[in-house]
Parts: sequence; C-alpha cells; structure tokens
Amino acid sequence: MLTALTIMIGLALGLGALLGYAALKFKVEGDPLIARIDAILPQTQCGQCGYPGCKPYATAIANGEADINQCPPGGDAGVRALADLMGVEYKPLNAENGVEKPKSVAFIDEKICIGCTLCIQACPVDAILGAAKHMHTIIASECTGCELCLAPCPVDCISMQPIGVTPDNWKWKHPVIPIKSLPVKPAQIA
Amino acid sequence: MMNAIVNLASLFKSAKDIFPFHGGVHPPENKAQSTQLPIGQLPIPQKIVLPLRQHVGNIPKIKVQVGDYVLKGQLIAEAEGTVSAAIHASTSGTVSAIEDAIIPHPSGLPDRCITITPDGKDQWIEKAPQDWRNAERKTLVASLRLSGIVGLGGATFPTHIKLRADGKSGVHTLVINAAECEPYITCDDMLMRERADEIVKGISIAQYLLGAEKVIIGIEDNKPEAAKAMEAAVNKVDMGTNMQVKIVPTLYPSGDARRLVHLVLGTEIPYDKRSTEVGLQVFNVATVVALYRYFELGEPSINRIVSMTGNVQAPQNFEVLFGTPMLHLVQAAGGEKANTTHFIMGGPMMGFDLPSADVPITKAANCIIAASPTLFAPPPPAMPCIRCARCADACPVNLQPQELYWFAKSDNFEKANDYKLFDCIECGACSYVCPSDIPLVQYYRYAKSEIIAQDKAKEAADLARERNDFRLARIEREKQERAQKHAERAQAAKNDTATQSPAATTDEAKKAAIAAAIERAKALKAATQDAAQTEPAVKPAQTDDAAKKALIAAAIERAKAQKAAALAAGNAPKNVADAPEPVKKEIAEIEARRQAVGLSEATESVTANNTSNADADKQALIAAAIARAKAQKAAAEAAKQASSETEKD
Amino acid sequence: MFKVLLALVPGIAAYVWVYGGGILVTLILATLTALAAEAAMLKLRQRPIQPFLMDYSAVVTAWLLALAIPPIAPWWLIVVGTFFAIVIAKQLYGGLGYNPFNPAMIGYAVLLISFPVLMTKWPAALQLAQTQLSFSDQLHLIFSGVLPQGVQMDAITSATPLDYLKTQLMLKHEVSSITQAPVFGVLGGKGNEWITGAYLLGGLYLWQQKIISWHLPTAFLAALALISGVFWLVNPEHFTSPLFHLFSGASMLCAFFIITDPVSGPTTPKGKLYFAAGVATVAYLIRVYGGYPDGIAFAVIFMNICVPLIDAHTQPRVFGHEK
Repeated sequence: MLTALTIMIGLALGLGALLGYAALKFKVEGDPLIARIDAILPQTQCGQCGYPGCKPYATAIANGEADINQCPPGGDAGVRALADLMGVEYKPLNAENGVEKPKSVAFIDEKICIGCTLCIQACPVDAILGAAKHMHTIIASECTGCELCLAPCPVDCISMQPIGVTPDNWKWKHPVIPIKSLPVKPAQIA
Repeated sequence: MMNAIVNLASLFKSAKDIFPFHGGVHPPENKAQSTQLPIGQLPIPQKIVLPLRQHVGNIPKIKVQVGDYVLKGQLIAEAEGTVSAAIHASTSGTVSAIEDAIIPHPSGLPDRCITITPDGKDQWIEKAPQDWRNAERKTLVASLRLSGIVGLGGATFPTHIKLRADGKSGVHTLVINAAECEPYITCDDMLMRERADEIVKGISIAQYLLGAEKVIIGIEDNKPEAAKAMEAAVNKVDMGTNMQVKIVPTLYPSGDARRLVHLVLGTEIPYDKRSTEVGLQVFNVATVVALYRYFELGEPSINRIVSMTGNVQAPQNFEVLFGTPMLHLVQAAGGEKANTTHFIMGGPMMGFDLPSADVPITKAANCIIAASPTLFAPPPPAMPCIRCARCADACPVNLQPQELYWFAKSDNFEKANDYKLFDCIECGACSYVCPSDIPLVQYYRYAKSEIIAQDKAKEAADLARERNDFRLARIEREKQERAQKHAERAQAAKNDTATQSPAATTDEAKKAAIAAAIERAKALKAATQDAAQTEPAVKPAQTDDAAKKALIAAAIERAKAQKAAALAAGNAPKNVADAPEPVKKEIAEIEARRQAVGLSEATESVTANNTSNADADKQALIAAAIARAKAQKAAAEAAKQASSETEKD
Repeated sequence: MFKVLLALVPGIAAYVWVYGGGILVTLILATLTALAAEAAMLKLRQRPIQPFLMDYSAVVTAWLLALAIPPIAPWWLIVVGTFFAIVIAKQLYGGLGYNPFNPAMIGYAVLLISFPVLMTKWPAALQLAQTQLSFSDQLHLIFSGVLPQGVQMDAITSATPLDYLKTQLMLKHEVSSITQAPVFGVLGGKGNEWITGAYLLGGLYLWQQKIISWHLPTAFLAALALISGVFWLVNPEHFTSPLFHLFSGASMLCAFFIITDPVSGPTTPKGKLYFAAGVATVAYLIRVYGGYPDGIAFAVIFMNICVPLIDAHTQPRVFGHEK
C-alpha cells in the first residue's frame, strides 16, 4: 500500500516536473492578445463598435470589456474568427452596432464640395486629399468605407459607392455542379 | 540543393533524352478534324471590338478618342506600368465607341473595349522594320513594349518582360513550346506546318535577344508533319544557331512550360523561381512568329491563328484579326451545327465556357470549340470522393488533389495553402480521371480566388492600420509640438527677463519677470493667455530691430489687435530703463498668483539665465508668430496694459 | 466497384468447391441486407438512392463480410453483421467516402466479439469432413439451425489451421508435428489454400485493371513474409513458415480486397506502403501472440486509425519543391 502510494506520488512529481520543464522549454511566444484580435478586425476604424477605432476595440475585447459581436464591417466571418481566437461561443452580430454592408468607398461630388476640410479631419486613415477652399477627393484605394466623413460634411457631397464586381476582383464561385446550357444566338455576322 | 533536383532528374535520363514528369493524362486528341484544311483567311469583319484586358497585367492606357480615324497597326492603347501590353488597331477604320462590352472572360462581366468600324481599306500605318541583328538588345527590347506582343500560347504574359535582361542570370537555353498538348487545339500545329521558316526566324530573334546558346523546340509526337517541317526549317538556317527539335511523347499537360522544360532538359524549375533564374526561357511558337513579324516586317501584334473546331460544319484554322467577333469566325467555318449549346475558348481541359457568343477574338484565343451534348456530355452528378487517389497519380505537379479538394470544399484555406494549392496549374488532369466526376479544378479555382481575396483584404487592412497608426501618431506629435512650443515660448520669456534683468534697475523687477514667465509656462491652458502675456514680458527686453520685428509679426498675426500691438511694440523699449514702479506692482500680483500655484522661483531663474539673447529673440519671434486668432482680444488687452503702464511713467 | 465484385468471383467459386454452396446463400443474404440498409439510410439522410446503390460499394462490403464469416453460420449472423457495417460503420459516419474505418472489418469485429462461438465454428473442407452436407442440408442449417438426422455438429466442423496451430502450440507441440495434421495442406489450410490462390488471381486482375495500385498488396505480403520469415528462421519449431502465413486465414483477401478499400486507407504511395506493412505486422503479432487465431480485422481497424497521421507525414515532394 505504502509502496503503491509512494510510486504514485513519485510519478506525479516526476511527470509534473517534466510538464513544467516542457512548458518553459517549449513555450510559444505569440503575439500579444490585443495584436491578434486587432489582426482579425477589418481596420475600417469606423467606430461602429462604440470604440474610437479597431485597436481600442481590440483592447476592450482583450480586457473583457467589449463583446466579440460589435464589428459590422468584419461581418459574420469576423465574429467567427474572434470567437475562435477568444475561445468563446459564436454569437450573431449585435444589431445595435449596425449591419454588415457590402464594401464601399466614399465618393466626393466635386461639384458640390466647398473645401471645408471637415471630412479630412474626420478620416481615420488620411484617405482624403485637399486643402481649405479647394476641392477634396478620396483616394479610393486607401478608403476603408468607414462612413465617418459623411456626417461632418456640411453640404452632403459625400456618398458611399459600393465596390462593384469587375474582371479584376471577380472570384470563382464554390462549385455547385453546374449543368449549363447557354442559349446560342442564331449565327450572324455583326 | 536546387542543383540536386536537377541532378536527380538527370539520373533518370531515358534513351531518347526525354525526362518524363509525374502523372499526366491522354484524353482523346480530336486534332485531326481541324487540320484537314490549310490556315484560312477571314474577310474583314464589319466591327472590331478590342478589349483593353487581353493580357496579364495592367490595363493599357487608351490613346484614341471616339471618332478618330486609325490605320491598321496604329497604337490605340499603350502599355501602362511595367507589366502591360499595347493594343493596336487591327484594321483601318474609325473608332466608333469606347465602352463596356462583354469580354471573353470566365466572369462574363463587361469591361472597357475600343470598337472600330473598319473602312474596308485595311490600310497599314507606315511599317518600320528593324535591323535587329545590328541593333542593341536594350533598344530592341524597349521597342517591344510598343509591339503589343504577348504570350500567344494562352498565358498572354507580355513578351517584353520575358525578354528583359535583368542582369541577374543569363539565359543559356531557349525552349520553344510547340507541344500543343491540349485536345482539339491545332493552331500551333498548322502554324508549324505552313510557316516553319517564319518560326525559325522568330526563334533566331528571341535567341539573339536573350543571348541563349541553345534552342530546343519541343513538339509532341502526334504532330509528325509539323515536326518534319520544323526540322527542315531548322536545317536550312546556318549551324551557328544551335537549334534542336525534340519530340516529346503525347501526354497532357506536356505543353505546360515547366513540364516541357522538364521533358526536354530534365530541369525542375523551383516553384518560387522563374525560368530565367535557372537560365531558361520558354516561348510559344506563335509568339516567336509575332516577334519575327514585328522586327522584320514592322507589324505589331494584330492577329493570330485560331482553331475553330468542334461542332461546326468545317473545322479549320484561321488567321484572325484581334477584335473580330467570334461569330464571324464561326461563320467562316461553315457555321455551327444545330445542336450547339455553347462555345468554349481554349481547350476542353483548361478552357472556359464563353459567357456569350457575342465576344471578340482576343490575344488569348488559341481555340474556339463549338460544344454540343454529343461532344461534351454534361457531367453526371458528382459522387463523394472515395480517396482513390487517381487524381494524385495523374497530377503533373505531384500534388494530392484529393486532400486539396477536401480543404477547398470545407473552406480550410490555410491547410489548402500548406498542401501547395498555389502550385496547382489547373490543368484539369485530376478532374479528367476522377471516377466520382468531381469538378476538382473548380474547387481549386474557388479556393485560390478566395485566398487571393483574403490576402488582398488583409493587405488593405494592414494598410489602413498603418495609416491609422500614423495618423494617431501625427496627432499626438502635433499635440506635443504645440506643448513644447508653449514651453519654449515660456522659456524665451524667462530668458528675456533673465538677460534683461541686469539692465533693469531692481532685483525685484527681475523677479517679477521670472515669476511671470513661470506662471505662463505652467499655465499652458490656452494659447490665448500665453500669447497675451508674452508681449509685455518681451517688450521690456527689446532694444534691437529683431525684437521689434518679432513683435510686429506677432501683431500682424493678431489681425484685430494690429494697431494696439503695434503701438505697444513701439512704446515698449521706453519702459525698460526707468519704470520700476509699475513693475513692482506687477510683481505683487504675479507673486500672489505664483504662490497660489505653489511654485518656487529660484530654480526657474537659474535655467532661464543660460540661453543667449539672440536665441531668446528668435524664440520670442516664433512664439509670437504662433499666437492664435482666438488670442486676439487678450493680446489687445495686454498691449493696452503695457502701453498704459509705459504711459504712467 | 463492379470489377471488385468480378475479381471476387474466382475466390467464391473456389469457396463453393471447398465448402459447398452454403456460402452463396450467405452472400445473397449479405447483399440484400446491405442494399436494403443502404437504401433505408440514404432515404433517411435524404440522399439520392439510385446512384449510391449502383456504385456497388455496399455490395462489396457485404461480400467481404460474407466471405469472412463461417459459411454455415445462422442466417441472422450475416444480417446483423452487414447491417452494422452499413448503418453504423458507414452511413452514420456520412456514407460513402466518409467512413474512417473499413465497414466490413467493423462488422466482422462486432460479430467476433459478440458471437465468438458462432464465428469460430468453421466447417471442415468438404474433402475432410466425415459427413458431407448437401446444399439443401446447408440451407437447412443456415436458416433453421437443424442438422440432418444423425449428424453431429462436430462431424462437420473443424478447427481452422490457424486455430489448430494456436491450440497445439499452447500444448507445447512443435510446428513440424502440428502441420502433419489433416487440416494442413501444402501451403496453408487444406482446401483453404485454393481459395486463397483464387483471391490472388482476382487481386492480380484488379491490379491489371488499375483498380488497385501495387503498393498495398505488395507491401502487405512482403511485410508479412518478412516478419514471419524472421521469426521462422529464429525458431522454425515454434513459428510457421512465411508461406503458411501468406496462404492462411484472410491474408490474400486482406492484401487485395480489404486493405485496398480507398476510403479508409491512405492515399500517398509511401503511406500505402507503411499502412500495409503496419497491417501485416499487427496481424502477425495477433496471430502469434494475441487471443484470436487471425488478427486481420483488428489490424486493419487499428491501422485505419493511423491513416490521417500516415497521410500527413508521407506527402510526396511537389514538383519544384525540395521537400
């Protein structure tokens, strides 16, 4: 009895020490949690989550202050990725924070723009070019579609333009075993 | 290690000097149908529609306007950026429209096209052949940018990029791709049979441009006539060219550049390197003919040979102007038979169903197949994968298609990437052998485009993050700079009083000035106060022009306070020597405030002494200049106060 | 899959010749059960029935199981086994292409554990039996468990060579004397060796038809021969010859028909070699040291578990990659 007990205790101690050693020796140095959350967030910096940007929201999630379903631009996939990372249950996007919209970019109607620079100050990624009393324009490739420039515009000259599908960004669809029969126009030389 | 791959491969040298690749399939060739007739010529169509997107890379820049008259071979869109190709008018006529139209692309989406209404004269621009043998390679390659020549095997990669000497590695062997492994397609076959001499001339040009010592022409053994014609043409040219025709076994996809290189040389081009990095370059036969025409005849790339085959009355190859409506070509081949369902561009293995019959022939269009249910039976419903691994046996890249399928189907893109999804050449050999009729390649394309989209989104997110971080950093920096300026301004004031204090009649005056400076520095609340109080502090010190200018500048800044400030500045110097009384008064006030804040004067006065007078002046200048518009009133008041103090004396 | 069935025909013919026509009844029962179970499950799972039945995968499972159990076992045994194989081991995992284990072997293992007596009651080969059972007698036995008047069960059954070997070795007899027993033939069990030979023939046909690759059978047979050869060379009086192992029990059936099930097996060429060699090793160890006379089923199931691991670590070198 005593022998058995000694062996068990000895084993427990030995294995525990081994595990402890392994935990130290093979420790995986990962990114800090905030950076990993931030990497999932879409970086629109739109503030729809209730925080002044993606990083603050990531910090809030990491600190357990914010929920994972407050980022509409990240969409369903984003929530799933966050749930995965945080090891929590997936939950649908919180409607209070907004709804997932197709990705758009802001567009300034240059005829109406009065050059007030208010939108430039609002843009979180400096994607608007212009100077006081000069027409402003959006650098479409840098625009995150956060819509933060819409509200400050005193003349409402900014609108959101959804990014259309072009042969450039077109994607192959998940196959659904197509059996297609395309109609053929009667042969003619145009 | 790379050499190890090469060496390993050469161990398995077969007697015929052919180095087989893993896998491959041999579908029914269906090539005989379209080789019965010689290459035909088409009448000029009534409309030429030239999509801007005909090659890999950037969309070229349009150089014409609607209504312009263009000649055959005239540049109508020029290469934009590095990887791009020019587009030329393929016949003479009027530019009738520049608008979006359906292009031959699997997406079926419209894209920008230039429409030319031919005038029927087919009048050339002035051709400018080049004496390439006596010209510098650099200039020749540079001029290729204007030629519009792209890889005509179907990849449509701009040729001038492939010939560009990047200085890193010399090309020792040029491989000419004449394998044409895909079923139905015969355009290269017919080209070799009929224009072998042009091909060989084109090869000589490419060889010269690349500086390649050796040329190997790889032809599949199902094209004996073409091989014979090529051998004859090669034998005609002088021996120095070192060209060799190599017959490779008919096995799809031997026409894939990396597979062909392996077949004829035994070299396995590493996945992350381009062929030039191992001293090789591969050109399609049709591409070298385009080179010949460009340099020797001065004709840019405006047409190509297209196989019109499948379910048409008389399958045949035609020399087709780019932009010719596809149906015009179908008509020339006798029209499609009744049960035609759709058209395929490219071969049956790698081609795609055209979204519409109303599309133009482009640089990529090597073959148009009219499809019918008899030729291409609709695939039976796909059954589950039973992991039989026949796809793995057929894969020429030695991938594990059954695993890739599994990952692609379940959107497990990370794993798909781990299993080298992006090494897949989408040749379709796996789909061809699959006993469960799974459209494997479609899954890979889907997974690839999803991964590419994800990467792009990630890139955009990273850029946005970086820009946002930068913006926040900038705002922070500006804030700090502002704060620093306040501090500097305060220090300047201190310095002024410090340096001036010996000139001042009493210690108390000095103390008063210092105290004022400290108070201001610590206040930092608003620029208003600072700006306002800088003035009186500076004023007593000023005796020289610079100081005056500073004050004037400050005054100008404060638009509304202009006059008062100017007045104050003008009066200030008088104040210095003989006005201890008002200063005393000020001291008392400031002392009281200072004590309220709980500051000691001693430390401040010591540091204040160190700065030179000139520096102080400068800082004062800056500080004054930065004064804000909102400070206007306070400044005016301060100025008034100062002047009133002066007047009191 | 139809060609797999075709390849089994010579084996079945030999089987009938050796054990009588009873096996045909078992085969028919197994086939009907498999098809019915598959159809019912597909219906429940709302999948198209016809294409899945027409690929004969369920029939192959049924036949393999039928060929693995004693031909005079009561009718419900094969029905239960087949039902389990199709419903639990195949359809509940997601049907064709999704089962991690070989369904026939799961069915066999379940029967062996649940009904050990019935599962080891093998008839003697016809030429060995004291009493010859006619086809109708066999039918009677299968469906009603009734033997003809005056015939004892012992008269028609006999220990299989592997079974006999095991018990005799436990009694400290030597191999050379054990193999003198009438159940032993030239290569394996008397009569049984013919069936095994016929399986080999069918297997070669499958290989010739490119239904199966050479890797699995070759590696299995080679590994089995190697490991048994080593033991045999060390102590021929305690271990039987490699030839005996190759031609006994389910070795040939396993080599060409059981481990070649693509769904539950590995896909990489190297992985196939490891897998088959693993099955051979485990099977041999069970034969020699385990509690069962033959260990094919457990060996296959055991190696099925290892398949993802094997596949993951035997990925071939991709063109243009160094490793």
